[in-house]
Amino acid sequence: MAIEIEQPRVGLSKVAVSKTHGEDSPYFAGWKAYDENPYHETSNQSGVIQMGLAENQVSFDLLEKYLEEHSEASSWGKGAPGFRENALFQDYHGLKSFRQAMANFMEQIRGGRAKFDPDRIVLTAGATAANELLTFILADPGDALLIPTPYYPGFDRDLRWRTGVNIVPIHCDSSNNFQITPEAMEAAYQSAESMNLKVRGILITNPSNPLGATIQRSALEQILDFAVNKNMHLVSDEIYSGSTFSSSEFISIAEILETRGYKDAERVHIVYSLSKDLGLPGFRVGTIYSYNDQVVTTARRMSSFTLISSQTQHLLACMLSNKEFSENYIKTNRERLSKRYDMIIKGLKKAGIECLKGNAGLFCWMNLSPLLEKPTRESELALWKVILNEVKLNISPGSSCHCSEPGWFRSLKVTNFCTADHELSSKERDHLERSRKKIKEVDGSGSSSRILLFSLQFLQTCFEVQFRWKKMSRTLILRWMKVIVEMSRYLRYRLTKSGRVNSGSLGEKH
Amino acid sequence: MRLVVPLQGVAQGRGGLLLGSLIPCALFYFLQLYLKRRRSPSDPPPPSTSSSNQPGMTRHSSLSNLLSRGPLRISSLATSIAKPDDSPYYIGLDKASEDPYHRIANPDGVIQLGLSENRLCFDLIEKWTSENLRDWVMGREGGDLSISGIATYQPSDGTMKLKMAMAGFMSRVIGRDVSYEPSQMVLTAGVTPAIETLCFCLADHGNAFLVPTPYYPRDMKWRTGVELIPVHCRSKDDFVLSISALDQAFNQTRKRETKIRGILLSNPANPVGNLLSREMLEALLKFAEEKNIHIISDEIFAGSIYGDKEFVSIAEVVGSEDFDKNRVHIVYGLSKDLFLPGVRVGMIYSFNENVLAAARKLTRFSSVSAPTQRLLVSMLSDTRFIVEYIQTNKKRIRDMRDLFVAGLEELGIKCTDSRSSLYCWADMRNLIPTYGEKGELEVWEKLLNVGKINLTPGSACHCIEPGWFRCCFTTLDKEDVHVVMERIRKVVGSRTSCG
Repeated sequence: MAIEIEQPRVGLSKVAVSKTHGEDSPYFAGWKAYDENPYHETSNQSGVIQMGLAENQVSFDLLEKYLEEHSEASSWGKGAPGFRENALFQDYHGLKSFRQAMANFMEQIRGGRAKFDPDRIVLTAGATAANELLTFILADPGDALLIPTPYYPGFDRDLRWRTGVNIVPIHCDSSNNFQITPEAMEAAYQSAESMNLKVRGILITNPSNPLGATIQRSALEQILDFAVNKNMHLVSDEIYSGSTFSSSEFISIAEILETRGYKDAERVHIVYSLSKDLGLPGFRVGTIYSYNDQVVTTARRMSSFTLISSQTQHLLACMLSNKEFSENYIKTNRERLSKRYDMIIKGLKKAGIECLKGNAGLFCWMNLSPLLEKPTRESELALWKVILNEVKLNISPGSSCHCSEPGWFRSLKVTNFCTADHELSSKERDHLERSRKKIKEVDGSGSSSRILLFSLQFLQTCFEVQFRWKKMSRTLILRWMKVIVEMSRYLRYRLTKSGRVNSGSLGEKH
Repeated sequence: MRLVVPLQGVAQGRGGLLLGSLIPCALFYFLQLYLKRRRSPSDPPPPSTSSSNQPGMTRHSSLSNLLSRGPLRISSLATSIAKPDDSPYYIGLDKASEDPYHRIANPDGVIQLGLSENRLCFDLIEKWTSENLRDWVMGREGGDLSISGIATYQPSDGTMKLKMAMAGFMSRVIGRDVSYEPSQMVLTAGVTPAIETLCFCLADHGNAFLVPTPYYPRDMKWRTGVELIPVHCRSKDDFVLSISALDQAFNQTRKRETKIRGILLSNPANPVGNLLSREMLEALLKFAEEKNIHIISDEIFAGSIYGDKEFVSIAEVVGSEDFDKNRVHIVYGLSKDLFLPGVRVGMIYSFNENVLAAARKLTRFSSVSAPTQRLLVSMLSDTRFIVEYIQTNKKRIRDMRDLFVAGLEELGIKCTDSRSSLYCWADMRNLIPTYGEKGELEVWEKLLNVGKINLTPGSACHCIEPGWFRCCFTTLDKEDVHVVMERIRKVVGSRTSCG
């Protein structure tokens, strides 16, 4: 009989066991809550509504209409035009027709104010891969990138996990609507230097995620000057460029370069994707557009680890080269997003919630700081937990986006149930109403301590008037009322939580 | 006080005129000096060279940049990759794609025998897609045509439907009683990212994997930092791996203080086409347990076996005996067995839950495109078509190989006797002028430039013996085989006449 010897467990790499994938943060925890209990109009109305995942579904009908009318885009058999040529060409350069179509589409989004060369486009499987690939190319492990806060929580994973590069935040605050200032950039640069990190580049998202606003021309000029002064790269993540409410409001870094005659262009790289503008994240289509020949060559070779399938390229090439379709789509998508935004803002205003003035993207950057107990990160997370578990809305807290001011939340404008006439459905309105009531009422987290406080104050006043009830002072009465109100609020909270009281909560089935 | 008083004096018109004017001047001078010194290291006077104002994307002002503030730096990784590739594998591929052979349109073009594609059954695929691909992009969700099924975010490691279809396809292709569990699969956008992902999961920067030579010219080092240590196999053993060679390589690498994390096999082997026997696989598993390392088995050609020898997957061996399953990982892909060009689907199949969990998170950087997933699900579920395809494919590869090998034998070139994969491993040792890599590359170059045939030389596959060439015959039509032979004879014949 063999003696059982304890075999040493075979080990995994540091990358595999590290927590830099960031999936323990509240951003992803909300998604998990949605996955476990998703809302459905008819079958699960007490589920969690997903307002934390950026999917643009407002314009699906346009895509479907195109595909129905143009079956040659999806036809893939004998006799289909260009089948053989497209079929047998499959290296990492990508289909020429697709790159041409992407370049034209990007030009159309910018209203023809910038030109794009198809040979500078490198294809990757999604903007996630594009951002990571650029980081591998521009920085060595241990170097740093500057990113203005608040930023997309996925950057912590995409830019740091396998690359070993650090992120140094450029702190922006609400005093100037979170615009990037030269002082903030310089401060971030100095802080990186003090940590002995070499800064290799600055990465901006324009239009911004999560702010939902474009960067102004003057700020872009300042950012480019800063990059030139410090001799570093500038990566502009423009994946929401087609989701601005009007074409004139979006200024791309490409336009700035064009006005400067392409001086200093070799430090600028643009990331684009069809996941947000066309609402096709499942297709996994991302691009890197670089003005630097060396970066283009390297990125193309490294893109062999993250390629787009030829069927998808062929389908999208047909779709995007149809000028009529693409122009109509861009225009309609913008109008619908703008309309949605106005509705959401109105609804939130009625609920007493202020938002940052936005002009792009799929988000609202809401200010819920009046609802916080204390202006701290902990109370922001506590409020987020209440909204997720009681109100059943998955919105993202600002701390997961590294916002320096607590109380800001990111919410989607386009949820995953949209009615045929694209009006804010009555359900959403109901939910907003209830959420307003809920947030005001159901703040049970500090209730017990408040009750204690008010009771002590009442007792103190009692002692002061030495229990002479005839000498009922106004203070005494007020303090007594406060205790009673707080106790009844707490009681109501506990009872609604256990479901015994009908408060019109989402636990009800209609 | 000294400072303030004279200034005060000046202001009040009383004395201290001299000091009152000198001191501010001095202060002002020092201020200028300080500002100048602060500005100069970071920002010298802007270059006055004019940059060209063309709207085109030509390289601008790079010279002025160099003069003024130093070159713009990219990472050291990128610098090494950006160098022009001097590997014969890539040079040959580029030349062939620039001037491709076509029997009618371009009969003097370069015949591509270096790219492993199986075009023999392309007509079957074409026929199937034209008959069956109606509404494949817009699926039927609840009765209405809708794109939302594939447009939205999918699980990054592939949909369960596709995994189940792949499991079914693999069992059918391997033709034995092995069943594959869909929940142990992770799908990636091609086999290259699958292997890279596994390297990221199993090894740290600076670690190494043992690889039996000759092997497919892959380089996993770029982003993972993982080295590939060759374990040389020789023709006298028919290029079959031996445990003693593995052991030797392992010990030698350990002496260099590089940690070995695993063995990277391909079974069937690329390029030689050997199959690993059951005994060999068991010996490898024992070796891995002894040294506490992983085994990655690249089984991408498992469906291209057309001989009498049976293919044994490592999954079967691990399942049957009492081996530690946690160290075995299999990589598979569809592009060789099912020639759907450009379909990027690779698969990691592992028994180790931790590896699967890590790999799933890593697939968000290389996910399979959703329309491709839908297309493949419908194709792989058409059992009748798949069975017919597999049988026809095997027959056609066998016939083509026999034709090709016979043609080479007429020229006096022998090939190893392997009945799997899409290649011949041709022995041209007696045709190279000097015994060495230089001689081999001379012949390769002559074949490419004069004969206009792109073969892959053994040195690109890290073969220790010079003179071996890899020829992929499945890109040819039957009629083109004699053209290839003629061209080789021209080059070889001209050599023997003057050699």
